[in-house]
Amino acid sequence: MESTTATVKPQFSAAAKAEIARLFEHYPAERRKSALLPILHIAQAEFGGWVSPEVQDLVAETIGILPIEVYEVSSFYTMFNLKPVGKHVLEICRTGPCMLRGSDELTAQLERITGAKVGETSPDGLFTLKEVECLAACGTAPIVQVREKYYEQLDTPEAVDAMLNELRNLVHRPLLPWEETGLQHSQQ
Amino acid sequence: MGRKLLTEHINVPGIDSFEVYRKHGGYRSVEKALKTMTPDEVVEEVKKSGLRGRGGAGFPTGMKWSFLAKPEGVPRHLVCNADESEPGTFKDRHLMTKLPHLLIEGMITSSYALGANTSYIYIRGELLYVLRILEKAIAEAYANGFLGKNILGSGYDLDLHVHPGGGAYICGEETALLESLEGKRGNPRNKPPFPAVQGLYARPTVVNNVESIAAVVPIVNDGGEEYAKLGVGKSTGTKLISACGHLNKPGIYEIELGVPVEEFIYSDEYCGGIWKGRDLKAVVAGGSSVPILPKELILKTAAGENRLMTYESLSDGGFVTGTMLGSGGFIAMDETTCIVRNTWSFSRFYHHESCGQCSPCREGTGWMEKVLHRLEHGHGHMHDIDLLVSVAKQIEGNTICPLGEAAAWPVAAAVRHFRHEFEWHVTNPAEATRPGAYYSSKAAVVA
Amino acid sequence: MAKITFDGIEVEVPDGTTILNAARKIGGNIVPPAMCYYTPIKGTGGKCRACLVKVAAGSAKDPRPMPKLVPSCITTVQDGMVVENTTNQSVLDVRKGIVEMLLINHPLDCPVCDQAGECDLQNFAFEHGVATTRYEEERRTFEKIDIGPYIQLHMTRCILCYRCVYTADQLTERRVHGVLGRGDAAEIGTYIDNIIDQDFSGNVIDVCPVGALTDKTFRFKQRVWFTKPVNAHRNCENPKCSGNVVLWYKGKDVLRVTARKDEYGEVKEWICNTCRFEKKETSDWTIEGPSHIQRTSVISANHYELPVVNPQVIADLPESSVRDLENNPPLKLGR
Repeated sequence: MESTTATVKPQFSAAAKAEIARLFEHYPAERRKSALLPILHIAQAEFGGWVSPEVQDLVAETIGILPIEVYEVSSFYTMFNLKPVGKHVLEICRTGPCMLRGSDELTAQLERITGAKVGETSPDGLFTLKEVECLAACGTAPIVQVREKYYEQLDTPEAVDAMLNELRNLVHRPLLPWEETGLQHSQQ
Repeated sequence: MGRKLLTEHINVPGIDSFEVYRKHGGYRSVEKALKTMTPDEVVEEVKKSGLRGRGGAGFPTGMKWSFLAKPEGVPRHLVCNADESEPGTFKDRHLMTKLPHLLIEGMITSSYALGANTSYIYIRGELLYVLRILEKAIAEAYANGFLGKNILGSGYDLDLHVHPGGGAYICGEETALLESLEGKRGNPRNKPPFPAVQGLYARPTVVNNVESIAAVVPIVNDGGEEYAKLGVGKSTGTKLISACGHLNKPGIYEIELGVPVEEFIYSDEYCGGIWKGRDLKAVVAGGSSVPILPKELILKTAAGENRLMTYESLSDGGFVTGTMLGSGGFIAMDETTCIVRNTWSFSRFYHHESCGQCSPCREGTGWMEKVLHRLEHGHGHMHDIDLLVSVAKQIEGNTICPLGEAAAWPVAAAVRHFRHEFEWHVTNPAEATRPGAYYSSKAAVVA
Repeated sequence: MAKITFDGIEVEVPDGTTILNAARKIGGNIVPPAMCYYTPIKGTGGKCRACLVKVAAGSAKDPRPMPKLVPSCITTVQDGMVVENTTNQSVLDVRKGIVEMLLINHPLDCPVCDQAGECDLQNFAFEHGVATTRYEEERRTFEKIDIGPYIQLHMTRCILCYRCVYTADQLTERRVHGVLGRGDAAEIGTYIDNIIDQDFSGNVIDVCPVGALTDKTFRFKQRVWFTKPVNAHRNCENPKCSGNVVLWYKGKDVLRVTARKDEYGEVKEWICNTCRFEKKETSDWTIEGPSHIQRTSVISANHYELPVVNPQVIADLPESSVRDLENNPPLKLGR
């Protein structure tokens, strides 16, 4: 499932295909391109947390649009990882309100613990650090997003450790977003 | 404690389920509108309410609705803007997470008013977990006959879908949002044509913020006039304020418009004052795009009147001594805050989020960020300060969409009110980067 | 029809005409510059902001001024509209700012750029910019990329006008390049190694306002002002190709072939890649005569079409040249 080598053409799972079929129902038949962003989210969840050119070509084929139309979009939106990532991508908010409540310190702390700099993956392959802009959770700053979960108020070493331990103890990376188990939703 | 129109039941256990929400009076506005009112009557109530767009621009919602073109045989759409990404703003996420049915109810009533049979909620991609909450709630609404064909036997049909973005602040701009919903890059469109004439799929479209649509529910339930009784002057009703930064009690507060800023910051009912017993230095009152104001000007207008949490009072004095209510993203900064660093952070945000389509914004946002980075890191010159103002001016008003202004205003305002701090960064390069250095240098002088 | 006043000059144009095209109908120095708009390509315009003008009165019905400057290339006229361009200082100031923005990340490598001499950005900067820069930061740079056998992409020079993207969309079967990334990190590219090699893909070179997309068969061959443009045509076997071209000669050699452009640099008749890249012999073509070159162009400095004292006596001179010479008679020495 996680294979993204160029030689094997990636294929969506049956569950993903069913979800994509449901999504197409949301838009007029001649406007299937509308489903591009939701399908890219599915593809990224299904193929190892990033979208390779081959996966993007599959998305183009699934919708019936040109590959370049997918590349233009995937490279515009920051949520799509265009290079391989670690098991968990820690998206650290760095914008003003989080900065006021210690996001710089949080980033430094995560770099120290994981051994990865921002933009890199830790040597054990577990964590990729990524700085992102405002995640709309300024009241509980500083925060980190991992896939669909927000970890909020990470202003103590204990809170940071709790997050990292929870992630370390996840045996499997959830394949599809709606299959996520073992992760509670936002604390709020 | 002021009246709560949106969040009255927000802490009721299970309020995110259809059953509990319904038990607490949910979906009454749909019943009332579909069974007893014509679509135009609903629009009329919204006009009477004086409701102004809660996303940031503050444009009267009823007026926006009345601009919607209605050509024969062309479908119309209502799109909810849930792409909440303005730094300092987190009210919509809260509302959707806790009260998904309130938004759905508002969408049904509003779609009926506009004659839309397919409506969308465009939610920012980072909030996929909220998308799942909304989809579950929508499924419940379908199951209970509030969505789908012939709702409540009225003959009115509505399909409602949630659409995720992919990580782009610019998609909060309504035409960029529509492009994104069509599966394209989030490049804002040139206007005219406006979405009311050619929006989603070139069809007439209304785009409204989450909170605006939620506010339609109490407006229809109680009547527009009743809603307009709350608030002050043209700032009617209640507003969700997202309070963050150096406050004792950051969070989301539903206030009746007109609460004094001082009360909002210091009273225990709201933010409970500044953290760590420190003094307030400055406030960004309406999301990162609006001008920053120093303590003296946020608490009182230049004329010495108490500043109120209203559209008019906050903008009193224009941009010289005033600011804007904006999205209600209220960012408080304590006395140790480095304004240069904060401005650089905001500037980095706009640089990162510029779509790159039009040249003043594409090039200007990056330029400002680089100059601010230099100043903050002790490599700036005195002439850089005027350069910032000049570049901001070259962007402002000359771009396709308001992101240009949003990037320019915070920089121009920071220099306007805190020029001495920028100058200090030039004259004290060795200390410029150290957090709180400017504050301690001033404290030393005073002592 | 709508009657508008542009810089004090009245002009009547069909409804739906843009302000820019109304100004072009008047012609001369009052015409706003256009870096991204391109009449024959749908969807272009509104991006570079070079053509911003002041609408001092919206229409006869609603004579209020428009609050912001508007892009003249995509704003349509209204009857009674009053527009200020060269007569409005704020417009000129903003334009100066646009030049500065477009240049901060431009390499200014005109001395080694094939586009020099026929570059819209060079002309724009010369006419509206200032000689100094306030930009101290490092400029954005990219590696040069060969996209196919005929076209080189030098992204560092690109001003992101999107013209080539729309052109490929509208002229070729299957677009393979587009705008990737965003903000000032956005770039024209194919994302994966891919080549632009479609029947009409060479037209992206002609629509590029700068030297970002250049003709590899002409690369470093000659400065354009040392070449002589000659109109020619052939019966192209491709039914969509007009076969009407300009041959650029140096001595007896055809160094390059381009489509014909009007005085605003716009191609009205597209040509195929065969005509553009593979027909470099005079014997491939029927020669029509010298191409008209604007007198303001540096190419005319070395042009054999001038000086002409009385154009009417030269029967075969293109009509556009006659008009141009009537409007701008050659300078008389000793004045």
